[in-house]
Parts: sequence; C-alpha cells; structure tokens
Amino acid sequence: MPYLDIAELCADYGSQRVLNRVSLTAEKGQMLGLIGPSGSGKSSLLRVLIGLLPPASGRVTFAGRAIDQRNPADLRHVRDRFAIVFQQFNLFQNMTVFDNVTIAPIKIKKRPKAEVAAEAEGLLAKVGLADKLKSYPDELSGGQQQRVAIARALALRPEVLLLDEVTASLDPELVSEVLDTIRLLASEGMTILVVSHEMAFIREVSSKVAFLAGGMVVETGDPRQIFDAPREARTRDFVSKILRH
Amino acid sequence: MQSLLQELPEFLGYYNLYFLIEAALTTVALSAIGCIFGALAGFTIAILRHTCTWVLLLPRIFAVIFTEFFRRVPFLVTLMLCFFSFQLAGIDLSLFAVAAVSVALIASAFLAEIMRAGLESVHRNQWDAAASMNFGLIGTIVHIILPQAWKVILPPAFGFFVLFIKDTALASQIGVIELTYAGKVLNNKGFSAALVFGTVLFLYFAISYPLSRLGAYLERRLALSRHR
Repeated sequence: MPYLDIAELCADYGSQRVLNRVSLTAEKGQMLGLIGPSGSGKSSLLRVLIGLLPPASGRVTFAGRAIDQRNPADLRHVRDRFAIVFQQFNLFQNMTVFDNVTIAPIKIKKRPKAEVAAEAEGLLAKVGLADKLKSYPDELSGGQQQRVAIARALALRPEVLLLDEVTASLDPELVSEVLDTIRLLASEGMTILVVSHEMAFIREVSSKVAFLAGGMVVETGDPRQIFDAPREARTRDFVSKILRH
Repeated sequence: MQSLLQELPEFLGYYNLYFLIEAALTTVALSAIGCIFGALAGFTIAILRHTCTWVLLLPRIFAVIFTEFFRRVPFLVTLMLCFFSFQLAGIDLSLFAVAAVSVALIASAFLAEIMRAGLESVHRNQWDAAASMNFGLIGTIVHIILPQAWKVILPPAFGFFVLFIKDTALASQIGVIELTYAGKVLNNKGFSAALVFGTVLFLYFAISYPLSRLGAYLERRLALSRHR
C-alpha cells in the first residue's frame, strides 16, 4: 500500500468544485511535484490534506490509516504528522523568528524547551538564518521569511512536508536560496508534496510529477516523461507553453 | 465669584462631601461593572461570532442578534426596558442592580463589536498557520491572535470606557443616585449650579483621566514589547 494514498478526492469552495475525483499516491521519501495552471486545484489539494479545506468526498490513507479530515481526531493525527509551508509564509507577526519556530513544538507537542531551543537553532542554521533568531518577520526579506517558515515546519518533525508555491511571492534573486533549502531536504529523504511553477526545479528534484487542470489529475509520471513526452494533449499544451517562456 | 466663595464652606460640609463621594463611588461601580463585565462578555461574544462549527450555531445567532440589537438601542431605552421588565417579572432588584444589568448589556454589545473588529484585523493566514500546527481555538487566540489584535482593540475600547463613564449618568433617570443626580440634588438644595456642577465635572475628570492614562500606558507597553 502506498505511504500516502489519495483516492477520488473532491472538494468545493462554496459552490465551485476545486478538486474533482483526484487520485494520487506518494511513497515514503518521495518528492511529488504538483504542476498545472492557476486554479487547477494544486494548492486546494494541499489545503485538504492538512485540513484547512474540508473534502466533499473521497479517501485519504496515510501510513495505512484512513484519514477523514472532517473528523477532529483524524485532523489532529494528520496535523501531527504533516506540516505545510504557505506561499505567503504566514509567520506569526507578533513573534521573533526563534519563537515562530519553537512555539508549536513547546506548546502543542509538549517537548522540553531546552531540546526544542537547541533543535530550532540547528534548523535555523541549516536554512542559513542562525543570526536572525531575535528578528521579527517584518524585519526579514521574503526569502528569509520563507526559510524561517520552512524551519518552522521542520521543527514539527513532520513525516510529510507540504510546500505550497513557496517561491511564488519571492523576488527572482531570492528564489534560489529557498530552492536550495528544499533540494537539501529532498536529498535527506523527506517526503514532500510540492506545488510550484519552478518547472526546472520540479523536473530536477521530483521523483514523480502530477499535472492537474480544472481540479482533476490529468497525468502523472516521472519528471522526464511529463516534461519530455507527455501522453495527454493538455499536459503537452501546458508544458510547451511553459518551456516557450 | 464672591457668593461662590461664601457658599464653599457649607458646600464642603461633611454630609455634602459624603453624599458626593458616595455618588461618585456609584458612578465608579457602575462604570467598573460595565467595563469589566462588558469586556469579558464582549470577548466571549466576539470569539463565538468567529467560530464556524454548527454545534455553536444557536449561540452564534443569539450573539449576533444581541450585539446588533443593543448597539442600536439608546442606553436610556435599555435602562427603562430593564427597569420595567424586572418589575413586570416581579423580580425585586435594587435600582443599582437594575442599572448594573443595563450597563453590562450595553457595554457587552459595544465591546463585542470592538473585539470582533480586533480579531478580524488579524489576517486569515495567521489562523490557517496556527490550525495547521494543531493549535486549538483558545491556543490560537491566546498565543497568536490576541497579541496582534490588541493594538486594534485598545484605543477604541478605552475610548468607549471613557464615554461610558459619562453615560452612567443616565442611571439617574430610574433614581440611582450617581454623580450627576447628586449634583442636581445639591443644586436643588440651594447651592449654586456653577459650584455644584464644577465639582461634579472635576470628579468625572478624576475618574476618567486615570483610565485614559492606563489605556495610553498599555498601548505604549504593547508597542515596546513588539521591539524589545
């Protein structure tokens, strides 16, 4: 059985269906790249997985356990094992970088403060921000904030990391620093679902790529197949447009 | 001016001062009840309005109706409504208790709206980030939302508190002897209006000024704690 198994998942925003019978799988340690035009349901899929958007129907199985995001116990279970990094960083504006990274492990996971503090310092050093512990989010650049957000997600010791267009709101010169951090995580065997418009990056780092359009999975395959020899006309059309630019 | 000075020793007699101080304490007590109860109830209502679970649907509807109703009704009308409702129900409450219930109702509705605006001033993405990390409603509010919402809540809340102290004067309409009513009584006893209401003015100022200083102090302290 796959590590993460999403089957026939549907979700709505009001009266609009944003996910339509989405089925996908991911293995442990795999990086699954989600690509597709804007409004194709990529971010909605991540929001359903972490329980920020309730599914209308479908099944999600994680590590052999069926997850119903509408059930509070399942929601706690999945949020205990998944972490998400948002496009807009969503750092807590009232807290320093250090507090942003340590608050959930201390308050929610009830881990010892000293242990969390040491780990947070290590994680922030890993993303190149060891000297920003006492800074507030609005004192950092977009790239720095996004790396704090990644450190904050990693401090939760997630089994699956969800990355939602983490470079989309960054200036071009700041994109590479965030991509380098993700590349490092992928090389360490972290299971990652990444939504991105950085096609070269997706192609390079992903173990598997899914192309979504109109809330449906059009095609899945290994990166080379999706980018070089797409089977579906819509994928071909999208990839050719992307590569032309 | 000379007649005022002549009146002063008699005006400052033991019974008059005792009467004024007791009335001032009634004003303080009504204001305190309104501010404290209103802040607690207003906070609860604001949070209730922020939830979306269907389990709390009925309390949420009640909270919306309560807030919208009491914000739109003049204080005097609420006061009369409480006074005659208790009378009709055969509940024997002191005039002070009736006034206290009225101020609590009005303050709760206004402060609920101020606090709701404060909670809504914090970007939705802060709630999302907290939820994705398994923070519950209370944890999210205590650790993440309130520290960011205070700067929006405090100025109008303290502005309301100061206005509210003055509004408690309306309690005199049902016979509660608060500061303004005490002024009228002393004026009717023959003391000059300038002397009596000058003293009343000073007492209102003495009550409300420390409160507005406290508001300013809290705002400053919160601003400082942001960049320590």
